[in-house]
Amino acid sequence: MGRYQVPVSVLIDDIMNTITALSFGTAIPASTHHTVLFSVRLPRILAAMLVGCALSVAGVSFQGVFRNPLVSPYILGVGSGAGFGACLGILLFDNHIMIQLLAFIFGLLAMFAAISMDKASKGTGTLVLVLSGIIVSSIFTALISLAKYAADPYDELPEIVFWLMGSLSSIRYSDLIWIIVPMFIGMLVLFLLRWRINILSLGDEEARSLGVNVDKMRLIIIICATLVTSAAVSISGVIGWVGLVVPHISRMIVGPNYNRLLPMSMVCGASFMLLVDDLARTVSVTEIPLGIITSLVGAPIFAYLIKRGRMGWN
Amino acid sequence: MELILEVDSLSYSYGKENVFENVSFSLRSGEVMCILGPNGSGKSTLIKCIAGIFKPATGSVHIMGENTASLGAGKIARRIGYVPQQNEVVFPFTVLDFVVMGRTPHISIFASPGAKDMKIARESLEMVGIGDLTERTLGSLSGGQRQMVLIARALAQEPTLLLLDEPTAHLDFGNQVLVLEAVQKLASSGISIVMNTHMPDHAFLVGSRAAALCNRRLLAVDEVSAVVNSEIMSSVYGVNVAVREIEDIKRKVCVAMLK
Repeated sequence: MGRYQVPVSVLIDDIMNTITALSFGTAIPASTHHTVLFSVRLPRILAAMLVGCALSVAGVSFQGVFRNPLVSPYILGVGSGAGFGACLGILLFDNHIMIQLLAFIFGLLAMFAAISMDKASKGTGTLVLVLSGIIVSSIFTALISLAKYAADPYDELPEIVFWLMGSLSSIRYSDLIWIIVPMFIGMLVLFLLRWRINILSLGDEEARSLGVNVDKMRLIIIICATLVTSAAVSISGVIGWVGLVVPHISRMIVGPNYNRLLPMSMVCGASFMLLVDDLARTVSVTEIPLGIITSLVGAPIFAYLIKRGRMGWN
Repeated sequence: MELILEVDSLSYSYGKENVFENVSFSLRSGEVMCILGPNGSGKSTLIKCIAGIFKPATGSVHIMGENTASLGAGKIARRIGYVPQQNEVVFPFTVLDFVVMGRTPHISIFASPGAKDMKIARESLEMVGIGDLTERTLGSLSGGQRQMVLIARALAQEPTLLLLDEPTAHLDFGNQVLVLEAVQKLASSGISIVMNTHMPDHAFLVGSRAAALCNRRLLAVDEVSAVVNSEIMSSVYGVNVAVREIEDIKRKVCVAMLK
């Protein structure tokens, strides 16, 4: 799907030719539609699915750990941290890789800042941690504004603005390769620990009475969820709503048990993001930033869920 | 009977002042210890110290001869089941999904409960008489059913000691009796039980022993009739209390009297 029309028959032929060529090690026939499919659209499809999957799995994990179904993956300031990192990258280097790298690093930094603030205040439970996240988030938001203020209004400022609205339009295979490692590690650990998230959602004292080392388990899950969120944000920009809405939809389908809920969120997240990205590049002649579409699609869905009163939580 | 629990000169403090100090008692298998005391006397804190949720300031807790300070949280949870007073569950788990969480200390960290764990969870529910509720969600249950579900989850831990923090609070008269009947049944199956209660009369119904926690100390630890008498109960609660033997039902009762 997209502005360049490829008939279905050509699509199937091209896929078959490529598979044949790859399996026999012969040269892949070069053509325009081949380039469009395999160098532009396929990486973009993969990126959309990865980002959707990552934001959803992080959102659903954070919701369990914070015992709050209204928590999004950006609760600890990861979104604004990564946003500021990207701004720095745009202002200082204007280099694709540096922008992604700095976004990733500052996303993680925001999370560690929130956690160390929580530790320093000897906070118990998650309340202080949430507050720390708000503080970190507002600091980075202010720094983003500062970066925008300092940016060249004809060149850098639009780039910052577009980055913050989220897009997958310039994705290449080389971008995907390096984010796959942190994403895979984070997702794997979250997937393996999924049943334990149920226990954490019972509250600290009960989890402890069931023999769980609550502080350690919570830290591991937060770090993994932040790892996948930062990796996603670093290639796509800050895309809202996915990590909040998808866990709710999944909870309505399979119930609150993380054994089923977490894998369901991954699948739903990947599908939702793919759909949103398809909309982003087909509904108008120019691409619409992803963050706008997720909000326009996500918010009504959320409102509908609230109205139905079947949120999957008490 | 085997000695299950030994609490030795235990004290706990949140800040400067001790909540309680020098608390000592022991419990054998199948015994029910009822801990009485006014609001804020630290009964819940004491239970949480025994459960290993709170670290005591001084003193020790031995479970089946081993010090809980040196046992890991997982090993403690395989021996001690804790039933909280109130629980707020954010997500509406089904009863079976919730009860099987009691299997946590028996399941390795990356694993999920298997068929055997599900079977134990079902048996725990049967044991407290709510085997028919497995597929209901927690939010749809009555207060009495919720309490039974919490007890069932603790039973799924297969504990030798069960700690109940005011299991009859917020329940109607009939449900209070149902909980006490469950307690008696579990004790006769060999599980030792420590139970906080606001009703001294409950000690007569299920207690093999009783203790009163008051003014930071465990005032008396003895057979129920030696602890629940008008003298001790009146001084613990600061109101007039009468204890009478009722002949045709052959038991003592503890009742309050207004001035």
